[in-house]
Amino acid sequence: MFYRENGQFKTSYAADQQIFPIAQDRIAILVILLLAFVAVPLGVSDYTFQAVLIPFLIMALAAMGLNILVGYCGQISLGTGAFMAVGAYAAYNLQVRIEGMPLLLSLLGGGLCAMLFGVVFGLPSLRIRGLYLAVATLAAQFFMDWLASRAPWVTNNSSSGSVSAGQLSIAGWVIDTPAEKYLLCLGLLCVLGLLAKNLVRSATGRNWMAMRDMDVAASVIGIRPVYAKLSAFAVSSFIVGIAGALWGFVHLGAWEPAAFSLDRSFQLLFMIIIGGLGSIMGSLFGAAFFVLLPLVLTHVPHWLGLSLSTATATYLEHMIFGALIVFFLIVEPHGLARLWSTAKQKLRLWPFPH
Amino acid sequence: MMFKKAALAAATAALGFGALVAAPAAMAQDQFVPLLVYRTGQFAPLGIPWADGKQDYLKLVNAKGGVNGVKIAYEECETAYDTAKGVECYERLKNKGGGASGFDPQSTGITFAVSDKAPGDKRAIVTMGYGLSQSANGSVFEWNFPLLGNYWTAADSIIQDILKKEKGSLKGKKIALVYHDSPYGKEPIPLLQKRAAKEGFELLLLPVTAPGVEQKSTWLQVRQQRPDYVLLWSAGVMTPTAIREAQATNFARDKIYAIWWAGSDHDVKDIGAGAKGYNTVTIHNTAEHDKVHDEVKSAVYDKGQGTASNATSVGAMAHTRGMVISMLQVEAIRTAQEKYGKGKVMSPEQVRWGLENLNLTQEKLNALGFGKILRPIQTSCTNHLGTDWSRIAQWDGAKWTVVSDWYQADKSMVDPLVKEYADKYAKEKNVTARSCN
Repeated sequence: MFYRENGQFKTSYAADQQIFPIAQDRIAILVILLLAFVAVPLGVSDYTFQAVLIPFLIMALAAMGLNILVGYCGQISLGTGAFMAVGAYAAYNLQVRIEGMPLLLSLLGGGLCAMLFGVVFGLPSLRIRGLYLAVATLAAQFFMDWLASRAPWVTNNSSSGSVSAGQLSIAGWVIDTPAEKYLLCLGLLCVLGLLAKNLVRSATGRNWMAMRDMDVAASVIGIRPVYAKLSAFAVSSFIVGIAGALWGFVHLGAWEPAAFSLDRSFQLLFMIIIGGLGSIMGSLFGAAFFVLLPLVLTHVPHWLGLSLSTATATYLEHMIFGALIVFFLIVEPHGLARLWSTAKQKLRLWPFPH
Repeated sequence: MMFKKAALAAATAALGFGALVAAPAAMAQDQFVPLLVYRTGQFAPLGIPWADGKQDYLKLVNAKGGVNGVKIAYEECETAYDTAKGVECYERLKNKGGGASGFDPQSTGITFAVSDKAPGDKRAIVTMGYGLSQSANGSVFEWNFPLLGNYWTAADSIIQDILKKEKGSLKGKKIALVYHDSPYGKEPIPLLQKRAAKEGFELLLLPVTAPGVEQKSTWLQVRQQRPDYVLLWSAGVMTPTAIREAQATNFARDKIYAIWWAGSDHDVKDIGAGAKGYNTVTIHNTAEHDKVHDEVKSAVYDKGQGTASNATSVGAMAHTRGMVISMLQVEAIRTAQEKYGKGKVMSPEQVRWGLENLNLTQEKLNALGFGKILRPIQTSCTNHLGTDWSRIAQWDGAKWTVVSDWYQADKSMVDPLVKEYADKYAKEKNVTARSCN
């Protein structure tokens, strides 16, 4: 009933290959984008921006990057925190050391440095797989932890090890209200999301998925593992690096190396497992879930009148995440995104049975 | 299905077992004080008594009728010492109850992040005994209040005590700083380097990776390099690990000087006699027992309202420090009320004024029950620290005893550093120092 696809005929290859082939989907996405860009900045409180929307957008971007590596290319990575850290510190160094460096260029520079870092630490993937690769990427995490704490040039010789981003501005537009920061993050998410979606639909994406499914067979039919795996690391680290730079610059403002610790890597991995491996939309679901659950756990008991100490709420959060990961890995390995696409498939027919 | 049920059962069981006291929601006509705490994570052993102390004193104030009739409403928010969570807590609570009276982020990392936002949001950040050491300069840091002491005054007091032990000369000696590898641990380094240059001792820097449960290599280095003294800048789980490693490598515990966050009962109780001789610097005289401890026991714990699980926590140094923080916050509110209207709820800017014009005389401190714990302090526009005093307390195997006289940091050492770092901060952040006249 919602998806009346009568009369929707594709008359060109471009129309057939578009991301949203169904007209209702296109309208829905347009409405969501309009709401996101126009309605939300007007009607939402500062707290919701700072505590819900901005972390969601940045984490969604990082999750998207990680999903490309883990979900589409099948290379397990536990070093995402390090890639975010490289992006953040590189962007910080570019901004602080170069007079008048534009914000977007420092963010992109952060992404490029993270890309190089990611490719270097992705080299082990050419020889090892699975758990062993996870441990090798763990080395990236610890290496970056050490570098950020021990090398003074990373933090611009800050005596405390804490750095802070200066004022954010793009071509004279000063970004200091939460709504403006939200728009910056939303814009970057949309652009990079489009890039990621088109990459995974292209030959590169198919190479990645072939590598994920059966890498020996893929190399037999002519997909070169070096290019496929390293390009996955490169694209993934680029996106994660930009997300890291945004996390430091926009969300935290001032950060220390512990902000990009191993916990962050695990959080992102859990996000994409729960949200859905191998799905761009899954990254959004996972990030939303992750940002909302602690807030729900804090606020709902108050609304219901139950008294829950802060420590209990935090431990409950850990337990629920753990339980959910086990649940999703067993029951629905493709996560919330699969639940959503199943629902949508049924909606396309509803109320008819077939 | 089974897993879902199991997850649900686990959650309900946790709710049942973890039924600790939660905070009441802020009501109208109450002065709202946010309580950022960490009851989980690597610093939980320190954070729990600290948070209990903060809450217990507020409960005592309410039991006595509030501040000129205005009761204090409070709400705890768990940060787990994570900057992102701390920022989220700050954002959530800053506008509650008509405006939060003042934030004690309990973490140097969170202080850095929140200090950027505080001037724009107009919320005071009270960082007793930690935080940006340079924020003692009130002209640059209008909204930061590192009351009673910071890591530079602490390090200086420790060096003064060591100088006394070494009969005034440290030439040729070696002092190691074993520190938590975070902004918290790195804070005293500038002052120690300055002191090392002046006194002629060699400063050895030994960072310990968070959370600090792995210190074998650090203490192996201590054994190899044989420093004469070790300054310990740790907290939470790192502290007992350090003391045990010192015990294992036979480093004399009485040559270890810990910062106040690493010197409380929870750090040494389980080690007992093995930690005998372990020194800590106390902020003012927080090792002392005073009237306020008895009042909290009788007015709060005896009525079953205590935050900690039992009243034995009252009197622990971390708990006392928490009470001091709450007391300073409440006295700031009271001072603000003297000017802006007694019995009225104070706005955040008014509370900031109160923090900047604190004048706690000995009589006031005696009346509050803190007469032996604190010496008189007075803040001003340029001086957001007040007066720093410290003493050295030593663990004798069963309890802490104060073993030194009062120390005050050498102003010729600390003040130039404060000015230099505050000016650097002002330049970086484009903050114009306000003139105080």
